[in-house]
Amino acid sequence: MADPSGEPPPEAQASPPSGQSSEQLDLGPGQESPPVQGPYQPTLPGQGTPPAQGPYQPTLPGQGTPPAQGPYQPTLPGQGPYQPIQPGQAPPPGQGPYQPSQRGQFPYEPYEPRQAPYQPHQPGHDTTPGQAPYQPHQPGQSAYEAHQVGQGPYQPLSQDPRQSIYQPHAPGQEPYQPQDPRRSIYQPHAPGQDPYQPQEPRGSLYQQQEPMLGPYQPFVPGHGPYQPHDPGYGLYQPGYSPYEDEIPDPEPRALAIQNAKAYLMKSSTKSGLNLYDHLAQMLTKILDERPINAVDIIENISKDVKWAQFQKKMDTLHDEHEMLPTFELAEKYKALFLKGTGEGGDQEPEEEITDSPLPNVMETAFYFEQAGVGLSMDENYHIFLALKQLVSMQPIQTCRFWGKILGLEMNYIVAEVEYREGEEEEETEEEEVIEEGGKEGSEDKDEEEDEEKEDEPPKSTYKSPPVVPKEENRTGTNKFIYFVCNEPGKPWLKLPPVTPVQIVAARKIKKFFTGRLDAPIVSYPPFPGNEANYLRAQIARISAGTQISPLGFYQFGEEEGDEEEEGGAGRDTYEENPDFETISVMELVDSLSNWVHHVQNILMQGRCSWINPSQKSEEEEEEGEEEEKAEEPDEPQPEVGPPLLTPLSEDAEIQNIPPWTSQLSTNLVPQYAIAVLQSNLWPGAYSYAVGKKFDNIYLGWGHKYSPDNYTPSMPPPVQTEYPSGPEITEMNDPTVEEEQALKAAQEEALAAAEEMDEMEEEEDEDEDD
Amino acid sequence: MDAESLPYALDLVAGGGGGLSSEKRAALRASLLLLRRDYRFERVRFWGRIQGIRGPYYIAEGLLSCLSDLNCVEWSLLPPATEEMITQTAGLKGRFQGDPSYEYDPIEKKGEENERIYEEEGGPMIKEEIRLVATIDQIDKAVGIIPRGAFVKTPLGPVHENRNFEGLSLTEAKKLNSYFHFTEPVNLKNRTLLQKADLDPSIDFLDSLEHDIPKGSWSIQLERGGSLVVLRSLLWPGLTFYHIPMTKQFGYIYLGTGEKNIDLPFML
Repeated sequence: MADPSGEPPPEAQASPPSGQSSEQLDLGPGQESPPVQGPYQPTLPGQGTPPAQGPYQPTLPGQGTPPAQGPYQPTLPGQGPYQPIQPGQAPPPGQGPYQPSQRGQFPYEPYEPRQAPYQPHQPGHDTTPGQAPYQPHQPGQSAYEAHQVGQGPYQPLSQDPRQSIYQPHAPGQEPYQPQDPRRSIYQPHAPGQDPYQPQEPRGSLYQQQEPMLGPYQPFVPGHGPYQPHDPGYGLYQPGYSPYEDEIPDPEPRALAIQNAKAYLMKSSTKSGLNLYDHLAQMLTKILDERPINAVDIIENISKDVKWAQFQKKMDTLHDEHEMLPTFELAEKYKALFLKGTGEGGDQEPEEEITDSPLPNVMETAFYFEQAGVGLSMDENYHIFLALKQLVSMQPIQTCRFWGKILGLEMNYIVAEVEYREGEEEEETEEEEVIEEGGKEGSEDKDEEEDEEKEDEPPKSTYKSPPVVPKEENRTGTNKFIYFVCNEPGKPWLKLPPVTPVQIVAARKIKKFFTGRLDAPIVSYPPFPGNEANYLRAQIARISAGTQISPLGFYQFGEEEGDEEEEGGAGRDTYEENPDFETISVMELVDSLSNWVHHVQNILMQGRCSWINPSQKSEEEEEEGEEEEKAEEPDEPQPEVGPPLLTPLSEDAEIQNIPPWTSQLSTNLVPQYAIAVLQSNLWPGAYSYAVGKKFDNIYLGWGHKYSPDNYTPSMPPPVQTEYPSGPEITEMNDPTVEEEQALKAAQEEALAAAEEMDEMEEEEDEDEDD
Repeated sequence: MDAESLPYALDLVAGGGGGLSSEKRAALRASLLLLRRDYRFERVRFWGRIQGIRGPYYIAEGLLSCLSDLNCVEWSLLPPATEEMITQTAGLKGRFQGDPSYEYDPIEKKGEENERIYEEEGGPMIKEEIRLVATIDQIDKAVGIIPRGAFVKTPLGPVHENRNFEGLSLTEAKKLNSYFHFTEPVNLKNRTLLQKADLDPSIDFLDSLEHDIPKGSWSIQLERGGSLVVLRSLLWPGLTFYHIPMTKQFGYIYLGTGEKNIDLPFML
């Protein structure tokens, strides 16, 4: 079918194309040449436009304008027929989409050049200049068509032979021969182009036939308006082959391709992009970058390309500057660093006098790092600077990085300090007064309110056990003052002194810290105070349990004897032993008896030194004397804990678990190893010692280890509301029988009594007698 | 956490106080590589450390197998965990000893727990190695977590790493529902259709931490002013997960005693 229809048109058309060619030549340089060359250049040598043009240009001038079209000619003759048609059907879709593609999308260029030639043909149809050069080509085309007809969709495969055919034609056009190498470059492209070219002309023929309602009509309805089906054809070209029997002409495919392309070039309503450009960019990117396994990461490339589109934001409106918390923190850190240099001058004289209390946190961190514990170096340094800040702001005698307690929301960094003599009193006392006053005030209010309201009901006879007085500052559990902050750089907050009640209560509960000092402690038994108090109590307990030093590093002061007499629990002060002889690391590791506690043990009472609470309360409150006197007999025995500087070997085991695990920091280099002790009772407490250096640190959740589950204490049994006695217990009404029995009994008793009386009287009489 | 990024990652989780000494780090760097070669692992993770009383276990994880070690250099293969092991060791409490051949006496334990009567009949002594395996398995199942989107499920079923994962945003990173348990989902099927409506089947195919019981069994903190998210498990104290928002970096490590915090409900 195609042969008869196809052949005559080429011949007949051959003349018009030739005519066109002449005009095309004119037009070529004027209009088309730029677009035509543009697309070719990149495809040919390797996208380099100048070199690409180089080869072409020589051909063009060499052949004169007509030869320049030579390469195009195959398309031209075929196109001859189209031109009339194209204006009707394709131009809007065909040209529109092509233009953008021509601009810079290499892979698609092969299509473009053809269209470019088409366009010129359209206008050029009318003209009839020298056809001579084209005639030789026309036969060439007829040959194509023959191939095409026979091979149908397989033409792409057969294109190579066609090119071989072309080349003979080209020899006819002598100037082509030198171009052969270039052609070889073309050929890969050419095959792509060739199949289209024949198709397109046929499509054009097809269209021509449409108006004529030739034999193709049945197909036409099948293709319908082409557009809907065409993309499908375009996509399924390989699968399209079966249709070839039905449709000898692949022309519909040209349409299909055009329509498919038009579809691909529909720009998205959201992003304004179209798939065609996007694919082109992707392929360009892939070919540019040559990634390994490109097929595996094609999605990423697609994403990258899309993202690249959005990078250009030429909006004059700027977003409000985002204030990330990162910046705030950085600001605080910066303040830390600035202070170090800014106020250094002021501090120096003080340091000379007082022998700076600032601990060498970094050195400690270095040793702990060998032990495999510790914070990151950055954090350590920030803490270091924060401590420096603290030291400069408070009158501090000694300062130590105590450790870090983890919380749910924030963590606590704890510094242990001791104020200089005399300086702390005012501040602390004031605070105490405020705190205690506040607490007592509130309690008093409650009591008063209770009293007012509960005038009528009987007063409770419950008397709370006497409050164990708090230990003075600088003694026992309140020996040190603790500052905490959530993050180095944030302000240091002073913890209130701990009371024995809080310590006792803290032993009974196990709660996570939240990181907010004012958070309430919701627990049973209720904890007196908020998280700050709980934190302080835990710090006191941990300190008492885990602050250790090598044996002999500390010794008791000279006046130890007196103190021993005064406080039952033992001496509570020590001083550094100037004659301390270092204990070898191996000995420290091997024997726990070479380590001693240097913080006093906390008694069950919640104090380090035992005090008789009832005595004191008697003195204070004389009102309750009577009742307390009654209690005196079972006055508690004074508790005695292990004295200060007790070796660790005396520590109690935790259900077969040793309280401490000791090890060398390294076995590889024992001569520089340090001794590391790890508390099993307070997980997170570590100590190291080497030579005269030692330190303790706590990094953990602040909970004591217990092998058994934590069980909250049971609530006490319900108290009796009033003393039950016979006078307030209701009796059962006697039954009739009981009453009668009672009456009978009474009567009998009466009778008996009378008898007795009589008897007695008689006896009396007898006695009298 | 991956062996390659170990030193860097350890710094990130150091806020909790755990860490490895320089010696161990250096030793791990070499020995994990050799481990990978000798066992033909595609990748090796350093899983963590379980602190025993006499010494720690260091645990590395290849694909599907665990190795333990006492000194970070010579590794020994642990048997894979089985259901039986887990039930066997469920009653064991207390600290690890630090000696894989240490034998627990289940009868002694039975005395404390009436439920495990059947073990009285002559249950074999349980080696600590078995307990170690079971504990590792439990920890992985209970608190091994990943950020949302780090892994995707393909329509055919297999789960693989999400190449396009670019990290959680800062706001997402603060929320527990952006983190998933990296085990077979248990609760997902029990959720109502309404709850499932918003889920993306390719990403949300795991249980999120949001519904963990008890509520609040994770402490989620922004460190370094928000440039680092750290999740600490309160159920298995010692497990620390880190993620740097807007990057692909995430991982977890266990540095603890290998004991579950059964007191958790009372402590919140």
